[in-house]
Amino acid sequence: MNKKTLLFEIGLEEMPARFVTDAMNEFADRLIKWMEERRIDYDHVKRFSTPRRLAVQVTGLPEKQEDMEEEAKGPAEKIAVKDGSWTKAAEGFARGQGVSPSDLYMKQYKGENYVFTKKHTEGKDLAALLPEIKEVMLQLTFPKNMRWGSYELRYVRPIKWITALFDKEVIPFEVTNVKSGRTTWGHRFLGESAELLSAGDYENVLLSQHVIADPEERKSAINNQIKEIAATENWNVPVNEGLLEEVNNLVEYPTALSGNFDESFLDVPSEVLITSMREHQRYFPVMNQEGELLAHFITVRNGDHRHLENVQKGNEKVLRARLSDAEFFFAEDKKVSLEERLPKLGSVVYHEDLGTVADKTERIRLFASLLADKIQLSDEIRQTADRAAKLCKADLVTHMVDEFPELEGRMGEYYALHDGETPETALAVKEHYLPKQSGDKTPSSEAGSLVSTADKLDTLVTSFGIGNIPTGSQDPHGLRRQTAAVLQIYLTAGWEFNLTDLIEEAVDHTASLGLLKKDKESVLKDLQEFFKLRWKNLLKDRGVRYDVAEAVMETGLNYPGLVVKKAEFLMNRLDSREFKKEVEAFSRVTNISYKAADSDKMMDEGLFEQQEEKDLDAAVKEAAKEASESLASDSVEKTYKSLQKLVPYIHNYFDNIMVMAEDEKIKSNRLAQMKQTAALILSFAEFQKIVFHSQS
Amino acid sequence: MNVQEMILTLQDFWGKQNCLLLQPYDVEKGAGTMNPMTFLKSIGPEPWNAAYVEPSRRPADGRYGENPNRLYQHHQFQVVMKPSPDNIQELYLESLKKLGINPDEHDIRFVEDNWEAPTLAAWGLGWEVWLDGMEITQFTYFQQVGGLEAHPVTVEITYGIERLASYIQDKENVYDLEWVGDFTYGDVFRQNEYEQSKYSFEAADRTMLFDLFATYEKEAKRTLELGLVIPSYDYVLKCSHVFNLLDAQGAISVTERTGYIGRVRTLARNCAATYYESREKLGFPMRKEEKSYE
Repeated sequence: MNKKTLLFEIGLEEMPARFVTDAMNEFADRLIKWMEERRIDYDHVKRFSTPRRLAVQVTGLPEKQEDMEEEAKGPAEKIAVKDGSWTKAAEGFARGQGVSPSDLYMKQYKGENYVFTKKHTEGKDLAALLPEIKEVMLQLTFPKNMRWGSYELRYVRPIKWITALFDKEVIPFEVTNVKSGRTTWGHRFLGESAELLSAGDYENVLLSQHVIADPEERKSAINNQIKEIAATENWNVPVNEGLLEEVNNLVEYPTALSGNFDESFLDVPSEVLITSMREHQRYFPVMNQEGELLAHFITVRNGDHRHLENVQKGNEKVLRARLSDAEFFFAEDKKVSLEERLPKLGSVVYHEDLGTVADKTERIRLFASLLADKIQLSDEIRQTADRAAKLCKADLVTHMVDEFPELEGRMGEYYALHDGETPETALAVKEHYLPKQSGDKTPSSEAGSLVSTADKLDTLVTSFGIGNIPTGSQDPHGLRRQTAAVLQIYLTAGWEFNLTDLIEEAVDHTASLGLLKKDKESVLKDLQEFFKLRWKNLLKDRGVRYDVAEAVMETGLNYPGLVVKKAEFLMNRLDSREFKKEVEAFSRVTNISYKAADSDKMMDEGLFEQQEEKDLDAAVKEAAKEASESLASDSVEKTYKSLQKLVPYIHNYFDNIMVMAEDEKIKSNRLAQMKQTAALILSFAEFQKIVFHSQS
Repeated sequence: MNVQEMILTLQDFWGKQNCLLLQPYDVEKGAGTMNPMTFLKSIGPEPWNAAYVEPSRRPADGRYGENPNRLYQHHQFQVVMKPSPDNIQELYLESLKKLGINPDEHDIRFVEDNWEAPTLAAWGLGWEVWLDGMEITQFTYFQQVGGLEAHPVTVEITYGIERLASYIQDKENVYDLEWVGDFTYGDVFRQNEYEQSKYSFEAADRTMLFDLFATYEKEAKRTLELGLVIPSYDYVLKCSHVFNLLDAQGAISVTERTGYIGRVRTLARNCAATYYESREKLGFPMRKEEKSYE
């Protein structure tokens, strides 16, 4: 049988670059699903996209769908058969399936006999089925749809043409006023319309019309062209993947070219120039081998080499105007110091329920000082942090950040230095936004860590205070990221203070400012739960197993640094032979102690009846003493060793003693002892949460 | 090609595409979209094709006649077509050729740019058109106008005359553009730019402007209650311009800003709804008859 090829292309007015790749993949995936659901076998699917087209080419298709054998279940035997012959119910079933009663047979299903039949469906000709692929195209989901003309359809952009071929035959259908056909369109200016004789000709025909339809091929062409220019000029051109992807989806036939700008613009901070080139113009900035920005750029044209000088000249002209603006903004901004800008923050609303950015700034200062009280800091650093906290949001009301919001912090640093602030203050102003995302670096300075934590803590506490709590995928203010950032900073800075205390103090202060819409306790509780969840993820990222994270969590939020050490210690311990026995011992104690959870009865040594009780008690007292000493010196291993000493006593205890004694008094005393022992164990971890998979 | 020839060329081209050639509207406005020939005419099912130049005032962009690119008032060449023709992109590119811009010799691209006018409760999807990296045109398919679904859809093409001219005439400074013959853009507009900037940023009487805003808003509501949509819409435009002047002065805080925009939007929405009803009452007359352009 001859294998056939399918081509399906949707021609569109230019799609947004950011939609193209996802749309191409969805188109191909939906077509694959469509084929699989219809028992249509194929060899290979190839995906194509440019700004003006989405296309899929499928090779190795049969002429007909596969035949289908199905088994259908009918009524139960007791209904289907009466007096040895088929009942009306059975005959009705056969009729419904399009078979004769003689094709029915009996088979067991869940312990009972039922009537079954085999149904054979002949595969249809693909040519007859294929017009249904129209639905595949209409099912595509785009982030934003539009209407045009007088049509009802909403789609990503107006549909210009549809090319649909099954080998040499057109697959006929119609969307809006567009009829599918064999005509595709080449490059807007270098090409024209072209007839495809056969579905397999697609890529070559388009290439002859100056369209590189395979996005990967186009991308590597751009990459190579950039590298070539860079090599010729001895430049270093870092190719930003996101920018490359965007540029790739703005062109059908790429030609990279370089251009220049006046070196005097290099006096403007390089981040500004780079942002302007990337964000506004989609240019690739050019560096020398030392990584310094040069007065050149690379852009990618949608076309060939002809009249490249026009394109270069035009782009240079635009960039000149852009950079003049940036230079003007930079010069204007420097005329007013950050300090002088502070009153203006009073008219920038942070949140309608939480006042202005000036209000937030005051809270950041306050929280930074609360935090500073908890760590040993020199007066100098405290002063730096306070100064940075005061100035950290002032760059939001500069021209430059208004124009390039992503430069917040960076501009603050430049302007702070220009104002004559200390380099430490300027650095903290910049760093108070760190870490910007997970995996990003945390502030390098103590003052930066302080201000960053205070800023995030304020965002978290006030958001929770007014009931803005992330749910599901909804987290518009990035609270999850900020929580993780607080923990990351805490750990990287090697802080050791009680984090829960700090959160509590922040909640108290927020309450005294009248900013809580809920009661203090519930805000605190919500925050703690939220921190714990982030905390578990953070541990997971550090390679801690989920059950181990669970086990150390409860003791967790107060001293995150200690928890990480415990978790890492337990992870190492998982491999040791004795660990399972130890966990068993600890778990027996903690599990049984929950029986006395509601009792406030204290253990009475006078009620001990057996030696094992006394021995355990003595061991617990010794271990508690050791543990409190070693905790102070922060040695997780030492603390664990003192707990470890309890293990033989615990095993001995359970081997010889019935905790649930008949005498109510004895029983409750034993439970009280268990509870006391458990308290010591639980101060380290909830060992009973650790899971052992095999019996090794 | 001088500015005057550019305008004549565009008028000639779009006139031939059956666009009615109209004139600027005589109330201050920030964009050609606000001209009732776009805003109101794009509402409802009646077909509509028009083209006109619109001097557009943006007080905050004023630079005292000193900046080579930014202007208090610039000129837009506005084309609107409802329903949007299937070949509108091709028509547009054809118009560039008439201006002497041969696409084969340049890099022309349609780059996503979605348009939104909060004061008009209007938004659309489309592109900014890049000519060798420079944005020369805003190209928008209206999706909503005055809070009403745009259906059929109006397409709006807005050429930035100064931008295009600076490219065509290869001039760095807008004031050096040739308007016609020996007359430069600077000859015609520099004093205007200086004085309007001075007024917008320094000399305007804030108290009066706040009063005007309130007065215009009141009048917009009153006239609309009388069913007089067009006069009411004039006052919406006036509100909008006064708001822009106050905004340029920094007289409106960020918090208040949203409030003022909301007030103008409410007026625009009400005008749009009333305009629709008034056309409906008339039986959408421009739809009924097959009007000829001959």
